[in-house]
Amino acid sequence: MTGVDEADVRRAVADAHRREWAFVLAATVRVTGDLDVAEECVQDAYVTALDSWLHRGIPERPGAWLTTTARNRALDLLRRDRTLRTKLPLLVEPTGTDNGGLGYDGMGDDGVGGVLGEGNGVIPDDRLRLVFTCCHPALAREAQVALTLRLLCGLSTGEIAGAFLVTESTMAARVTRAKKKITAARIAYRVPGAAELPDRLDAVLTVVHLLYTTGHTAPAGGTLVRHDLIERAFDLARMLRALMPDEREAAGLLALMLLTDARRGTRTGPDGRLALLAEQDRTGWDRAAIVEGSDLVLVSLRGGRPGRFALQAAIAALHAQAPSYQETDWPQILGLYGELLRVWPSPVVALNRAVALCMVSGPAAALAEVEVLGADPRLAGYRYLPATRADLLRQLGRDAEAVAAYRVALDLCDNETEREFLSARIAELSS
Amino acid sequence: MAQYLILIYETEDSYAQVTPEMWQQMAEAHGRFMEQVKEKGSRIISSEALQPTTTATSIRGDIVTDGPFVETKEALGGYYLIEANDLDHALDIAKLCPAPYGGVEVRPIMDVSAGM
Repeated sequence: MTGVDEADVRRAVADAHRREWAFVLAATVRVTGDLDVAEECVQDAYVTALDSWLHRGIPERPGAWLTTTARNRALDLLRRDRTLRTKLPLLVEPTGTDNGGLGYDGMGDDGVGGVLGEGNGVIPDDRLRLVFTCCHPALAREAQVALTLRLLCGLSTGEIAGAFLVTESTMAARVTRAKKKITAARIAYRVPGAAELPDRLDAVLTVVHLLYTTGHTAPAGGTLVRHDLIERAFDLARMLRALMPDEREAAGLLALMLLTDARRGTRTGPDGRLALLAEQDRTGWDRAAIVEGSDLVLVSLRGGRPGRFALQAAIAALHAQAPSYQETDWPQILGLYGELLRVWPSPVVALNRAVALCMVSGPAAALAEVEVLGADPRLAGYRYLPATRADLLRQLGRDAEAVAAYRVALDLCDNETEREFLSARIAELSS
Repeated sequence: MAQYLILIYETEDSYAQVTPEMWQQMAEAHGRFMEQVKEKGSRIISSEALQPTTTATSIRGDIVTDGPFVETKEALGGYYLIEANDLDHALDIAKLCPAPYGGVEVRPIMDVSAGM
């Protein structure tokens, strides 16, 4: 014993699991050419760390120690088990051939390019390869999400199943099928070239944002799981921002999440009831997050036409900076929604634009837009459409129609907090 | 190099109404596609067009019946077997494959020697 506290070691290993998992796994995949074998070796390295760090002390750079250990274990396995070598290998392209001159691969001078291995050379940072592989468009969105949580965040199949309210066996089958497709269809382990990058990056950012919103508005389930998902989504968003400093949409996503999350504590009142943006206690908003998010908005809007995450973040920033709901810069928000609708023609965006239109031109103008959207089959069953319609009717004093619309929204809603809110509105208008 | 099969699925009704000029255009489109495959650094191993499903005969067990197994709006009408480095390369090529009345499906060929 060298006098290292066991609790300290456990904490250090848990911390390294949270911070270094993606790096260690991504670097090990390059050696094994196989996701499953790499996962096994990395698991082993973390288990070995518990014992080794207790006896020899916690290494100065736990990530480098774990990576070297996992890679050595992989080399050992490959030497001993010939069947592993004859397995269909993952297509790992050599560094420098596949980055389209973007400079994301290899050693960046921003300190995130690679890590010095234990005693030998620099281990390149393959986390971007890993994330682009997990979020390849040939995989279903739900598989992309599952693989990202499993391979980038190191979550167990059980934990992922819990977060998405499916059984562990369903989630295990989903992960296995996705991994099989990666190998059999030969999805390459690489960062896409410049031509494909915008679309491919959008898929990655969509997955991270989906993780965040799932945590933020859990359809059901425990609070703990929700917070964990939010934290993982932030880890990933910060990682992408650091690894791709020139991609403005990566900055936009992190900004959007920070600015949305700044309001997290005030979304429900002390009685657990839903508080609308207009009613939230703005002194309870996280100022540090708003400042960081607003700065990132500026970065994401600079140079060229902004993307959908940057525009959503810009809208969130205007809300976050406004002294009150009434004093919000609604004309500018309306303009940003118009811009957003051009780059992302989604009926959900159009519905949000109608809410901004209400603040600028009044509920009658907004209701006219919402009635048009009501005919869009893509919004059938979308609970926020009747809820918005109900609210506009209420503002226009058409109480009976408003109650009917609130009831439609209530029928479509599973979230308890939101159901209570809608029921309260119905009671209020019926009395 | 791996091999991928590009399966062309289209609505057969659309082809029933095709004029000779349109056939000509279609033939030219496929000719262009074959050139593009070469430009993309790949190779066509084989390709064929199929007669419509009205000419199909199915066998299940030892029962012979007229027509395809499943009646669907879109039917397999032809294929290209190509070589590609990886899925992205194959998809890049398959995106160019003419299929005006439907779409294509890309399937990796099983490498039997690798046990997959």
